[in-house]
Amino acid sequence: MGGLQKKKFERGAATNYITRNRARKKLMLSLPDFRRLCILKGIYPHEPKHKKKVNKGSTAPRTFYLMKDIRFLLHEPIVGKFREYKIFVRKLKKAYGKTEWSTVERLRENKPTYKLDHIIKERYPSFIDALRDIDDALCMCFLFSTFARTGKCHVQTIQLCRRLSVEWMNYVIASRSLRKVFISIKGIYYQAEVMGQLITWLVPYQFSHDHPTDVDYRVMATFTEFYTTLLGFVNFRLYHSLNLLYPPKLDAKTQSELKEEDEEDYAMDSESYIEKLSALSASLARVVSSADEEDAELDQFPVEGEDMEKMEAREKEQKQQEAQRKMFQGLKFFLNREVPRESLAFVIRCFGGEVSWDKSICIGSTYDVTDETITHHIVDRPNIDKQYINRYYIQPQWVYDCVNAKILLPVEDYFIGVTLPPHLSPFVEEKEGDYVPPEKLKIMALQRGEKPANEQEEDNDEEEEEDEDDEEEEEEDDNADEEEDDEEEAEEKNLKEMEDKRSQGKSLQVKVTPGKVKVENPARLEQEEKAEEKRLAIMMMKKKEKYLYDKIMFGKKRKVREANKLAAKRKAHDDAEKAKKKKARK
Amino acid sequence: MEESSSNVLSSEKPGKMKRTKKRSKGKEEEQEEQVFNFNKPADEGDDDDLSDSEDSVYSGLEDSGSDSEEGEEEEEEEESHGDDGEDEDDAEGEQSQQLQTEVKKKGSEGEEEKKADEYEHDSSDEEDIRNTVGNIPMEWYKDFPHIGYDLDGKKIYKPIRNKDELDDFLDKMENPDYWRTVHDKQTESDIVLSDEQVELVKRLQRGQFGDVNFNEYQPSVEFFSNEVMLHPVTNRPADKRSFIPSLTEKEKVSKLVHAIKMGWIKPRRVEDDSRGRYYDLWATEDSSILAQHKMHLPAPKIPLPGHQESYNPPPEYLFTDEERTLWEQQDPSDRKLPFVPKKFSSLRQVPAFPRFIHERFERCLDLYLCPRQRKMRVNVNPEDLIPKLPKPKDLQPFPTTQSLVYRGHSSLVRSISVSPSGQWLASGSDDGSVRFWEVCSSRCMKTVQVGGAVKSIAWNPNPSVCLIAVALDTVVLILSPSLADKQVVLASERLLAGQQEEEPSEGAGPVWSEAEGEELNQGIRLKIQHPKAIHQVAWHAKGDYLASVMPDHSSHLQVFIHQLSRRRSQNPFRKNKGLVQCVSFHPVRPYFFVATQRSVRIYNLVKQEMTKKLQANSKWISSMAVHPGGDHVICGSYDCRLSWFDLDLSTKPYKMLRHHKKAVRGVAYHRSYPLFASASDDGSVIVCHGTVYNDLLQNPLIVPVKVLRGHVITHDLGVLDVTFHPTQPWIFSSGADATIRLFT
Repeated sequence: MGGLQKKKFERGAATNYITRNRARKKLMLSLPDFRRLCILKGIYPHEPKHKKKVNKGSTAPRTFYLMKDIRFLLHEPIVGKFREYKIFVRKLKKAYGKTEWSTVERLRENKPTYKLDHIIKERYPSFIDALRDIDDALCMCFLFSTFARTGKCHVQTIQLCRRLSVEWMNYVIASRSLRKVFISIKGIYYQAEVMGQLITWLVPYQFSHDHPTDVDYRVMATFTEFYTTLLGFVNFRLYHSLNLLYPPKLDAKTQSELKEEDEEDYAMDSESYIEKLSALSASLARVVSSADEEDAELDQFPVEGEDMEKMEAREKEQKQQEAQRKMFQGLKFFLNREVPRESLAFVIRCFGGEVSWDKSICIGSTYDVTDETITHHIVDRPNIDKQYINRYYIQPQWVYDCVNAKILLPVEDYFIGVTLPPHLSPFVEEKEGDYVPPEKLKIMALQRGEKPANEQEEDNDEEEEEDEDDEEEEEEDDNADEEEDDEEEAEEKNLKEMEDKRSQGKSLQVKVTPGKVKVENPARLEQEEKAEEKRLAIMMMKKKEKYLYDKIMFGKKRKVREANKLAAKRKAHDDAEKAKKKKARK
Repeated sequence: MEESSSNVLSSEKPGKMKRTKKRSKGKEEEQEEQVFNFNKPADEGDDDDLSDSEDSVYSGLEDSGSDSEEGEEEEEEEESHGDDGEDEDDAEGEQSQQLQTEVKKKGSEGEEEKKADEYEHDSSDEEDIRNTVGNIPMEWYKDFPHIGYDLDGKKIYKPIRNKDELDDFLDKMENPDYWRTVHDKQTESDIVLSDEQVELVKRLQRGQFGDVNFNEYQPSVEFFSNEVMLHPVTNRPADKRSFIPSLTEKEKVSKLVHAIKMGWIKPRRVEDDSRGRYYDLWATEDSSILAQHKMHLPAPKIPLPGHQESYNPPPEYLFTDEERTLWEQQDPSDRKLPFVPKKFSSLRQVPAFPRFIHERFERCLDLYLCPRQRKMRVNVNPEDLIPKLPKPKDLQPFPTTQSLVYRGHSSLVRSISVSPSGQWLASGSDDGSVRFWEVCSSRCMKTVQVGGAVKSIAWNPNPSVCLIAVALDTVVLILSPSLADKQVVLASERLLAGQQEEEPSEGAGPVWSEAEGEELNQGIRLKIQHPKAIHQVAWHAKGDYLASVMPDHSSHLQVFIHQLSRRRSQNPFRKNKGLVQCVSFHPVRPYFFVATQRSVRIYNLVKQEMTKKLQANSKWISSMAVHPGGDHVICGSYDCRLSWFDLDLSTKPYKMLRHHKKAVRGVAYHRSYPLFASASDDGSVIVCHGTVYNDLLQNPLIVPVKVLRGHVITHDLGVLDVTFHPTQPWIFSSGADATIRLFT
């Protein structure tokens, strides 16, 4: 025996975790400062495996941080800055209280500031890491850039966010890396592929925000502070990877063109410059002026077998991507004033189209409505008075749908006043067994290169035929019913006759009919056998595995059920539509 | 104009000052200077008045009146225009000197007659000086005939004014100078302003300088310019303080120096613009930092939107009315979608999303507040979970199809038993009959009405006799169905007959009696009357011993073992060890299995002791069967389980099979084939393959091979009993639907 009794919670999991309050005390920070530090350093609570052990036997709900993380925070230089700032605020208050304005001024001049560069480098050791995490940064910057200058956050922040988001959009245009766009009820989703990373961001619609009261803007502002720094560095790197100047400069040629037109509308040159950039209509200046960027072609390596197939598939994909990138090349768009200009200009320019708008909407329009070479005029109103004959008047959804379908869709469905086809999410990838909306099937058929117009006609024909068929069928059904009735009647008659005969004591004619051989389907039998085998095997499963198996199967069944439900709903809707159409026709 | 008054306009403040000099006549000549500030308000003018009156005191103006001449005045005016002094005092001094000289030249005259004249012409402010009443409020003398006193203390009388309103009016109408007549309160006289004075007033009203000739825009002379002049502007010697360092200044500086030294004041920071400047942060990527990030769990990305989030989704994704109400009723955390899908006919109609900022904020909260945990996602193919078992096809033979149905009973068939030869099947039913069937033809050969619900029936396993034990109510009947060879029937008769020596039965023990009359004709040979209702009977393999079970909580009289040849009964247990469910004899050795509610006890009949207690992990054992080898036992229980015990292995079940959905009613082993079966209330009989190896190290292999269905569930009861054919891989089952079925 002998030795000291081991105390509980002095080793193991209990020492690896620390509660939030204790962490805060250890760092000697107030809660807001601790929160800010956690946001900036990317420290988040961890859920321990055995909560009771970590919580020293108690089951009270607590948030736990890793002890290591907190120790890591101890050495953060920013903590010192936080304390300095606290002191600064205290001094400033005192000076205000004593109305010592010179002191106030002096203090203000020495306001402590901090930089986040090292934190970014620490949190994202490589550039790819940063790109992977840029989604949230983009969403936040785009949101903040739409804020009005109402005091919810600093005006400088809003301006910075706007600048950075414009830079980002310009980069995406220059690199032509946009892949998917989706107009949702929340806003517009964009997905770009930058250096192999899929980056998705959400841009709210251009409306003033109804600022909610139950949102803590300080938290958002701290996040934005971090995100703007991150986005700035990412932008810098991305611009340099394309040999573009950073901060972005407009191409000299376009710049001069723009200058002539719009100079008088804007008071300051600096003011108009960001506007011109955000117009997204001009290309950017490059460090090394190369006329056309040449894509690195994949070198041909001698490969065999499967690799060959893979290679071919990859090449094919690349070709397709290339085609998508140049989808709008040579097309000239004109945006009417009611369509979302920024979004459309961004998308069209990303795919090589030329775009312009009315001069009064925004700076940077390059040609007028009257330009005869315009091919597509994007309109979002029921009708338009003056129409030019040599251009399509289409609704804005066409552009987005084309991008998602990766081909130029037929414009007929998108003319002015036409009921638009549904806008589908490009992010949904249907697996086997999932419900696929018929519109998606149609688009997929188009992608494969089948003819849409004929199909539609066929569809119509088919529909009509079907209608006729239905009618016929109905008639047939009626006939059948009648026939059945007839048969029954006949049988009854026979029976009656037989009974009559019996009562009369006459012998019945007994008929022996040859029996039919039941044809057994061997395949079906085999299938049944297999199913039974499986059933029996399932019976022999262990309890744990059975539970898991049941869970998986339940999930699968639910999926099927949901798909079926959607399909049924669609069918009901289509039927209703058809009925309506029929009625209208009559 | 008056000769004594003169206007001097200083060049520095032109038009603002007016100096007036007066000369008194009666006394020595004195000069008075009056400075009037035209631009100043009236109260300042009062001050001037004060000085005027003082002057006038000395001048003795009342007596002398005015001694000035017009010519003189003009001269003075000219002079005053001529001299422009920047310094007031100097100018005044000069002026007074000049005036003095003039006065000396011209001499002084006093004329009293001229006074009226004087008042007539006088329009300037200064003429009131003639009156020496002083600067007092005139209303003091309102009611008196005089307006004050002169130097000698004599009253100065008001001029006689006999003008009334009518005169005034007439005057206004007739006098062309009325508009320029001013009433002077101090002297109580009317003054008519001259043209010049009117002009002056007008100019002042317009805000112009009083002097017409004054040039307000004349170039100023720069005294303190960059040019070093020969002479100093002022010749004043420098102050002492200008070359002695200031003490207060020193104090202030030393304070600042101290503060800087102590670090209280920091030097102004150099404007640091590197905050907003970006550079290539990842120019040198070092992997050393990467090591810190082992525990880092990146936050999951926001799930991408589906079709239902579209502004123009396909119609099937929109909510129906029920779905919508359901969505509204649900708690926000339970909702599948955080929004209601909506359809807009065009992009222009899409409004702002009201919860946009909320969602972003929630994402922020998730990022820094939500505890993260690495969760291993099981990505298993469900097919892999299914155990790999030998194919049932390889484990044949086993019963697969229902081939015969034995109908005849009118109520549920509780128990069935097959003759050792395998030719006959006996069944006992709740309708109070025992029926004997031929197995192959499904014909009912014999029906014995026993007059009570048959609880259990068991065919004697000894092939050399043909006897059946039937349990009903409190009686065990021994039947001789005489369905065998003559010899066998005779042998059984012999067995029943050879037990004549009957011992006197104990008090509570069963009573043996022989059947008579009608019953004898039906084949009933013996009756063993028990004290309580019997639940089950079981034969020993040799066919001489018979055990009967009377489940009872409170008594130790639950099991009797009867010896047929000696017509003797005995109670093997002295104590109540729980409710006995069923009993069984070991097929080879002298062991006796007793299944109570939760466990199976194995007794050694020779040593009269308990050898083993098997724990069936179930709530209520319903049935039990012993493997023909004797080393394995299966127990069915009412909680749907079937437990397989390996007696060599453990007292715990080797395997629990939960194949049935409802209570297991009966279990059976095949005598020769490695098969066992269980019957359940869910109407199914499950046949399993259960190979038992002679090698002790190898565990039995249990594979379910067939689920047999056929019985109809009536009154929530399905299959009640199950038994195998002794030689063929066939199985019989009896059910609550009053049928017996044979599966081959």
